[in-house]
Amino acid sequence: MDWYFIIFSVVKIALVIGVLHAIAAYAVLAERKISAWIQDRVGPNRVAPPFVKYIPVLGPILTRWGIFQPLADGLKFMLKEDFTPAGVRKMYFWLAPALAIIPSMLVIAVIPFGSQMGHQKMVIADLNVGILYTFGIVSLGVYGIVLAGYAANSKYPFLGGIRSSAQMISYEISMGMSVIPVFLIAGNLNLSQVITWQTTHGWLVMYAPLSFIIFIVASFAETNRTPFDLPEAETELVGGYHTEYSSMKFALFFLAEYSNMTATAGMMVTLFFGGWTLPFCGLDQPATSLGIGLAQILIFLVKICVLLTVFIWVRWMFPRFRYDQLMDLGWRRFVPLALVNILITAVWLWIRS
Amino acid sequence: MIVNRKSLTFWEKLYVPAIIGGLKVTLRHAYNTLILKKVVTMEYPEQKWAVPTDYRGAPYLVKDQDGNTKCVSCQLCEFVCPPKAIKIIPPGPAGQLADRSNAEKMPAEFEINMLRCIFCGFCQEVCPEEAIFLQKDYSLTGTSREEMIYNKEKLLALGGTVGGVQKWKHKLEEAKAQESFPVKP
Ligand code: SF4
Ligand code: SF4
Repeated sequence: MDWYFIIFSVVKIALVIGVLHAIAAYAVLAERKISAWIQDRVGPNRVAPPFVKYIPVLGPILTRWGIFQPLADGLKFMLKEDFTPAGVRKMYFWLAPALAIIPSMLVIAVIPFGSQMGHQKMVIADLNVGILYTFGIVSLGVYGIVLAGYAANSKYPFLGGIRSSAQMISYEISMGMSVIPVFLIAGNLNLSQVITWQTTHGWLVMYAPLSFIIFIVASFAETNRTPFDLPEAETELVGGYHTEYSSMKFALFFLAEYSNMTATAGMMVTLFFGGWTLPFCGLDQPATSLGIGLAQILIFLVKICVLLTVFIWVRWMFPRFRYDQLMDLGWRRFVPLALVNILITAVWLWIRS
Repeated sequence: MIVNRKSLTFWEKLYVPAIIGGLKVTLRHAYNTLILKKVVTMEYPEQKWAVPTDYRGAPYLVKDQDGNTKCVSCQLCEFVCPPKAIKIIPPGPAGQLADRSNAEKMPAEFEINMLRCIFCGFCQEVCPEEAIFLQKDYSLTGTSREEMIYNKEKLLALGGTVGGVQKWKHKLEEAKAQESFPVKP
């Protein structure tokens, strides 16, 4: 343990979590804007701090884009009354939002978001068993929701919590099995190595398209996004597991959903879309200069943003699945499909070797 | 009735046509909004709806074509108003007389609490003098409760002029005609 390692790690953690939350905040804005466009509306276009209107051309444009909306939302959340309803189980009630948001931040630790800058690898923890760690942590996310449903001592959150536990467990399995072919092909559990493999062989989405489809559908379910947003189903469960929450505690759930999305998008980029690499201009080799290092981080972020847009787009495209349809899809379609996928990949690799 | 449910094809079971349909619909709408600028919403404070002629907005007191207050303080509207938004202080027996002859009296004060008013139109309906009309204002704002209680001056200023039958004038003319009628005993 030398001091350099600790200092650089702390800096990296702070930066990554800052960027993650910024992305999550702006994903909310993107969600609102994209939903508006799909529904023939304009979306948030008013909020701006007072000085902005004195900026000549840029000010009004930024305001129309709603760039300042996340700031206003954040401020609103902080100023709202933090109400604890009577009859809640206090400790769990307080614990649940934290448990919801922590896993999403932990997952990001193993995802390589760039090659290197100077001698620092652009990943917080370069674990050998990165993917196992990820799945271990991701499945913790369900505790936040279940606890919230249990602690609130109210029917809607309770139903939301029940649904979510059932849903997450069923999709966890197919999600975990869907990535096994990826590692069979790449031959390594370390996410950095997976990316290195993709630089020489091409993106893994071409080798394992079925894995990608299962993974993306399962991650919709994991992150409680439509068409699988049963735990929060506004139309039937009021707000689902976060019905009784207000102010910053509610904001944490909200943020958790979006940082989960971001983390999952990061996972998908790493596993299927070559991580921080692009197959031209030498951008697929570890960076030698600071500029290329930054460019690679940017590539990673852009890829994440594209996937987030897909997430958001899908949300405004499909109606919600019924509970039994969801279970049916999870257990009777995706689990066998993932198994077959593993089998086919294994046989194919065996024949080739 | 027995509905003949068609069984789904293989592709439909895979949700493929539904997914493609969803992609198409959402893309078309996003294209319409973003590129063709066809939005269904209206940027409210800047753009406003044209209020239709028989719109029932806030009730205001009106004056007749000669600039007289029409209200005679009969208090029917106060009585009929469902949320009790109207408060009238009549002049009382010794109070100030109406500012025109042959009108019985005038309200000493007339207040409508716009926070209570539900724009139901009963006051307009019941008024025997056609003195109160629901007009086109629908967005009343203020920074305090007191500010939202509109008094007589304010109601009259906002109400403007609505002409029509002038009962008092008619009565005055009748009286005059009666006096000058040639048949005398
Ligand atoms: S419109 Fe209805 S509620 Fe409003 S003042 Fe007249 S009677 Fe009362
Ligand atoms: S507004 Fe009409 S109903 Fe109301 S007190 Fe005056 S005359 Fe009577």
